[in-house]
Amino acid sequence: MASAEPAAPRGESSGAARLFAAPLSLLMRMIDWPMSALQRLIGERRMAYAFLLPNIVFFGLFVFLPLIINVVFSVTGGTALFPSQRPYVGGEQYAYLFDCGSFLDPNSCREDHFWRGVSNTARFTVFQVTAMVLFSLVTAVVLNMKIKARGFFRAVYFFPVLLSPVVVALTWKWILQRDGLLNAGITALGGERILFLVDPSWAMFWIVFVSVWAHMGFYTLILLAGLQAIPADLYEAAEMDATPRWRVFWRITLPLLWPNMIVVIVLALIKGVQTFDEVFVLTGGGPGTATLMVVHYIYETAFSNQVQNFGLAAAASVVLGLVLFALTLAQLAASNRKGAA
Amino acid sequence: MSLVTKLATARRKPGRWHWTDVAAYAYLALGVVLMFGPVAWLAMSSFKTQAGLLEFPPSLLPMSQREVVVAGHAQPLPLFEVTMPDGSTRVLAQVRRIGIQAQMVDPANPAEVIRVPIDKRTLVREFKLATENYTEPLERFAFMRFLWNSVFVTVVATIITLIINSMAAYALSIYEFRGKNTVMLMVIGTLMIPITIILVPVYLVVTELGLVNSLWAVILPGAATPTGVFLLRQYMLTLPRDLIEAARMDKASEWQIYWRIVMPLAMPALAVLAIFSVMWRWNEFLWPLAVLTKTESYTLQIGLNAFQGELQTQWHYLLAMTVVTLLPVALVFVFLQRFITTGIANTGMK
Amino acid sequence: MSELSLTGVRKSFGSTHVLHGIDLHVAHGEFVVFVGPSGCGKSTLLRVIAGLEEVTDGAVAIDGTDVTGLPASERGLAMVFQSYALYPHMSVYKNMAFALENMGLPRDEIDKRVRRAAGMLQLTDYLERKPRALSGGQRQRVAIGRAIVRDPKIFLFDEPLSNLDAELRVATRKELAGLHAELGGTMIYVTHDQVEAMTLADRIVVLQAGKIEQVGTPLELYNRPDNLFVAGFIGSPRMNLLPGTVARPGIVTVGDGGHEIACETATLASGAPVTLGVRPEHLSLSESQGLPLAIELVERLGGESYLYGASPGLPQIPAFLGTARSSRTSREAAQLRDPS
Repeated sequence: MASAEPAAPRGESSGAARLFAAPLSLLMRMIDWPMSALQRLIGERRMAYAFLLPNIVFFGLFVFLPLIINVVFSVTGGTALFPSQRPYVGGEQYAYLFDCGSFLDPNSCREDHFWRGVSNTARFTVFQVTAMVLFSLVTAVVLNMKIKARGFFRAVYFFPVLLSPVVVALTWKWILQRDGLLNAGITALGGERILFLVDPSWAMFWIVFVSVWAHMGFYTLILLAGLQAIPADLYEAAEMDATPRWRVFWRITLPLLWPNMIVVIVLALIKGVQTFDEVFVLTGGGPGTATLMVVHYIYETAFSNQVQNFGLAAAASVVLGLVLFALTLAQLAASNRKGAA
Repeated sequence: MSLVTKLATARRKPGRWHWTDVAAYAYLALGVVLMFGPVAWLAMSSFKTQAGLLEFPPSLLPMSQREVVVAGHAQPLPLFEVTMPDGSTRVLAQVRRIGIQAQMVDPANPAEVIRVPIDKRTLVREFKLATENYTEPLERFAFMRFLWNSVFVTVVATIITLIINSMAAYALSIYEFRGKNTVMLMVIGTLMIPITIILVPVYLVVTELGLVNSLWAVILPGAATPTGVFLLRQYMLTLPRDLIEAARMDKASEWQIYWRIVMPLAMPALAVLAIFSVMWRWNEFLWPLAVLTKTESYTLQIGLNAFQGELQTQWHYLLAMTVVTLLPVALVFVFLQRFITTGIANTGMK
Repeated sequence: MSELSLTGVRKSFGSTHVLHGIDLHVAHGEFVVFVGPSGCGKSTLLRVIAGLEEVTDGAVAIDGTDVTGLPASERGLAMVFQSYALYPHMSVYKNMAFALENMGLPRDEIDKRVRRAAGMLQLTDYLERKPRALSGGQRQRVAIGRAIVRDPKIFLFDEPLSNLDAELRVATRKELAGLHAELGGTMIYVTHDQVEAMTLADRIVVLQAGKIEQVGTPLELYNRPDNLFVAGFIGSPRMNLLPGTVARPGIVTVGDGGHEIACETATLASGAPVTLGVRPEHLSLSESQGLPLAIELVERLGGESYLYGASPGLPQIPAFLGTARSSRTSREAAQLRDPS
């Protein structure tokens, strides 16, 4: 279009971008014809609906409809996938899920795997969030100091965020295996080899470790942004007042960083409760059920068990959804407070 | 925590080193080892031969034994450095090993067989990249297929995501219309619904649409992302209204305003969303795992996961394929690092 | 022929009424300026004409055709925005060509028109630049050029000079006047600057609080304002408005001293309260006779000087020229107004 003219715009768009742009622009012109016709028909203000339509269709088909079906699944039984072929069973799935002698002891539950998942997920989340907050705070504070090559170091801590869970898990599996790098180090120091992913306690430790390793860069960035938003003159004023450093941290840095801290904590909680990918590849939920997570339980119940129990999986999903909903409300409340601060 | 305290407030004068600076650099150095180390180890290991991977303790660099072709022997023979009874050392090729004795020959003089106790010889090794780890899976497994599937899913899904989300964001930022608040609420609502809790019913929808085991089953459900709509809408709200009105005065249709005015101006936000989308799609795991059950429709991530079950003893292939899987992400990161980090810092999403 | 008529145009945003029934006719080739204080509804009125706002009531007609329901894109008008609203990602050339492409004109016609407009506005050397690489004055000319190439029925200007510095504003004002003479199109121009209004307009429409206060040529407004608002709004420094009383036919008294001023009182009865309007430039100094003033401040602007004086019971009175202690009103210019 522009290229024929002497006044063609030059600059930002590179050759590669133009290669993409040409067919796209043709496509968009083809769309313009029916869209303009529609505009003449319904007027320019109502074109908003036309622009919203594709997204609404996708949301409806893959979010809202499934949300309803999920509830339907959870109150029906049988193995059929299509809802109308499933007999209504009322709250039976939920009753089965919650049939426990004691909620503190998964063994006393009829669906003990679910409760093991709950207990593992709870423990994992608590450890992981604690470690995550601690390490991202230290890292953010260090990165916020007047250090050389800050961009490089920030990148170092951040890059695992972009790695896929499978890559992360395989990378660490290779290090943690019986003849891996870590055991080589231990034996070099005169120790005994440890079967890290076969011992239940070690397995839990390592999934927390690997998950912090993989995601702390993200939370560090959020905290770093918060630290950089604290005006420097506050520190200068504190220095003029000869405030001790520990006091500056507790009385200035932490209170002003608190909104970001809350966001980090709640986001880490939400992600922690949904943990699946890395753990699935790294330990497969094992040894035994030592690292079986709730999402893993749902996946197995619905897709990989001999009998695909969609109803039970859906009921567990609804329970998980309610927990996430509560956490999300907490997040919204936190971000509102952040906006007010 | 007291270390943190000191670090947080360290304000040194130029040229003077406070102990907190030392501690900070120590922490950063440890970070480099801990964060880069595992990936570097993965990359180095991926170039080791199968035999090299089984060594314990493992060598740092990919090494393999040097071999030599000796006249009169069909197979190449491994070279050893041998300490002779008189104390001198020679480099000999081993023909065979019998008990604690090894039969060796000098490659220069293949006729004479020398017997050496096995504890008097050490393997001669050399630095060698086992590139066959990379080339063989390409031929032997459906690796190329997985790669292509992943590329297809990533590219197509990102294009669809960009187009339909920017259209919705355009509608929600430029127009006033009845039901706008309802739509906004719906978008906020969907923010809270991760695929993890609607796994089963989405599977049903996909099944009813006849998409199981098709790549479209992976592409479509995540195409409309509320985060994307939000990100783009926030950006479009900052565009001057005058531009839209000027375009209307210039007889542009609403679609032309969207395509020729708003989209080019929203480029920065679109680029952020594009990068995020590429990351999401390339790394996506749980949903493809649930919906793709045939090997020929596996994406890289699923393929890799399947390999780690099948190829427990073939780490050399597994490691190489892991490296290939992380390579595109690594490249994106190297070139767009600053862009991604500021994008995350500004939007608080990943 | 490109004429515009507004009949009973009203505009409300929710419960806020911005325009209260505007009736106006703009003839072909006329340069009409809407002027008024900020918030008077002048920009809204322009946007209603443009089709960017829908009217709440009333009708807009162009060349006798009712366009009330038509969107902006179908009215065939061109507008120069206060912010210029140049498309930042397009070159100057593309900015000007955009509307023509939308109209589906052939490429060589587009090129011809753009180059002609660019020549007219001294933009030929800048056609390949992006707006951000232009100075404020150049951007302003691109915005005008974008309107010119369209050859629209009516040009609309929304405070186009307000983002320029004082010097450039004067220069561009002259260019605009020249452009109107050259193109001869119908132009509607919104400003809050009465100097722009006086220098550019064939006719001025004074608006206040969503109503038209007066429509007339600049000199009509200056010499015969219909009401106190127009009297006070047009002219700088503003007209002196002195509260007074009709003493007897032909004589009005002002101030605590009951100073008598001779002026026409028409049919007003004796004792009726009036407001006497006198422009500062119609006052002159006198040693002996006239209204005695205590001088509070003298502003010397070089070429001209203003005197600010006080008289008991009257607001501060600016007067043109002078350094003396008392001033005398000039009878001829004295004007009588009903207190409103």
